Amino acid sequence: MKYVDEFRDPQRIRQVADEIRRVADPGRLYRIMEVCGGHTHAIYRFGLADILPANIELIHGPGCPVCVLPMGRTDDGLSVAEREGAIFTAFGDVMRVPGTHGSPLEHKARGTEIRMVYSPLDALKLARTHPDRHVMFFAIGFETTAPSTALTLLQAKAEGIANFSVFSNHVTIIPAIRAILESPDMRLDGFVGPGHVSTVIGCRPYEFIARRYGKPVVVSGFEPLDLLQSILMILRQLRDGRAAVENQYARVVPWDGNAAALKVLAEVFELRPYFEWRGLGFISQSALRIKDAYAAWDTESRFSLPGLRVTDPKAAQCGEVLKGVLKPHQCKLFGKECTPERPVGALMVSSEGACAAYHHYVHRKGAEAAIA
Amino acid sequence: MCLAIPGRLVDLPPERPQFAIVEVAGVRRRVNIDLLKDEPLQSGDWVLIHVGFAMSRISEEGAAEQERLLAMLGEDAAAMEEVEGYDFAARPEGRIS
Repeated sequence: MKYVDEFRDPQRIRQVADEIRRVADPGRLYRIMEVCGGHTHAIYRFGLADILPANIELIHGPGCPVCVLPMGRTDDGLSVAEREGAIFTAFGDVMRVPGTHGSPLEHKARGTEIRMVYSPLDALKLARTHPDRHVMFFAIGFETTAPSTALTLLQAKAEGIANFSVFSNHVTIIPAIRAILESPDMRLDGFVGPGHVSTVIGCRPYEFIARRYGKPVVVSGFEPLDLLQSILMILRQLRDGRAAVENQYARVVPWDGNAAALKVLAEVFELRPYFEWRGLGFISQSALRIKDAYAAWDTESRFSLPGLRVTDPKAAQCGEVLKGVLKPHQCKLFGKECTPERPVGALMVSSEGACAAYHHYVHRKGAEAAIA
Repeated sequence: MCLAIPGRLVDLPPERPQFAIVEVAGVRRRVNIDLLKDEPLQSGDWVLIHVGFAMSRISEEGAAEQERLLAMLGEDAAAMEEVEGYDFAARPEGRIS
């Protein structure tokens, strides 16, 4: 247990790890999906796979916003950036996502007006201070981030800021989980539910997973002890033949979510009929578009976008990794053409992407050990 | 980007009820608190911040735990960069200490 000693309460971690060994049936293979990219990062960072028995496999889920965004959407956003007088704004994660002709950062290096922001409110401020320019915010993220975008848009409307628009790439987690459950090549035994998304949506939306599909869901915190406890709670449910939604992260996640956040989401956004996800294809009602009442601040209403479907570079196997069919290092490009420094696929971009996390904590450390 | 940053509320200016001043590791910034308007907030409370918005009220212990988690994940510098980068409201005060 290489990392255990630096954790808080290592003795408790060992106890939970021992309990996991007692509860898990050694004759059975367990496949548990952690939905959230933050959990994926934590699992690799803490080397949790080394703590768990070999017959418990963690499958990395779709909860990394830049990873699931198809390249055509990045291209659409960049097409606005190329317009006269436009300023493209986005979070840091988006800046390195490859588009067909390079990432936003590479476009910036070629002279396009592209700026990184830390908050959608920063993008709105840019619009306020540059009334002669059009400021577009490339919005991305699950339910954790979407309420911030909604409030920013409401603020733009309240102030009558006309030179601001939002390019919504917000997606919702529940339809993605449903698509995974319906996928014929996906055999999963349970889910580690996302932490911060659940502070917004609460725990009830996961109930169908337990009821209809008979799979346990445990909403989890991010510390090693949280994740191990959540895995133990899933294993106990499986041992007892139960399937329920449980909340391991109750110290932060209220069962009913955040009513104020859900209200602003419903005010500004509605579900798209369908949206394309990298690796998962088109999923119905899985993304948020801006309602017609706010069309004046909707990039897609204001501008005509190419809207082209762009396939990922042929050799890259992002889709298979996203679906859990391949491990990151089994992709042909992993660590060779595709590295965190020069990502070919989006999973290598964000620290929440399975490939970047694997590269940082497993691949690089393995290489260092081989040299030493 | 789904990891949240813990901060302590140090001022809730009545003239701008949408915003509060938070302190994160000695740095003070304004954040939007509209998503917590159903919560009885007061100075001294701890919150989790995400892209300029307070998302949840948490305990002091929870805040310390989140700080440690960010450090363990190597995300603490990025978190401070984010907080220091919030530019949307006039900076009330610079870095303290």
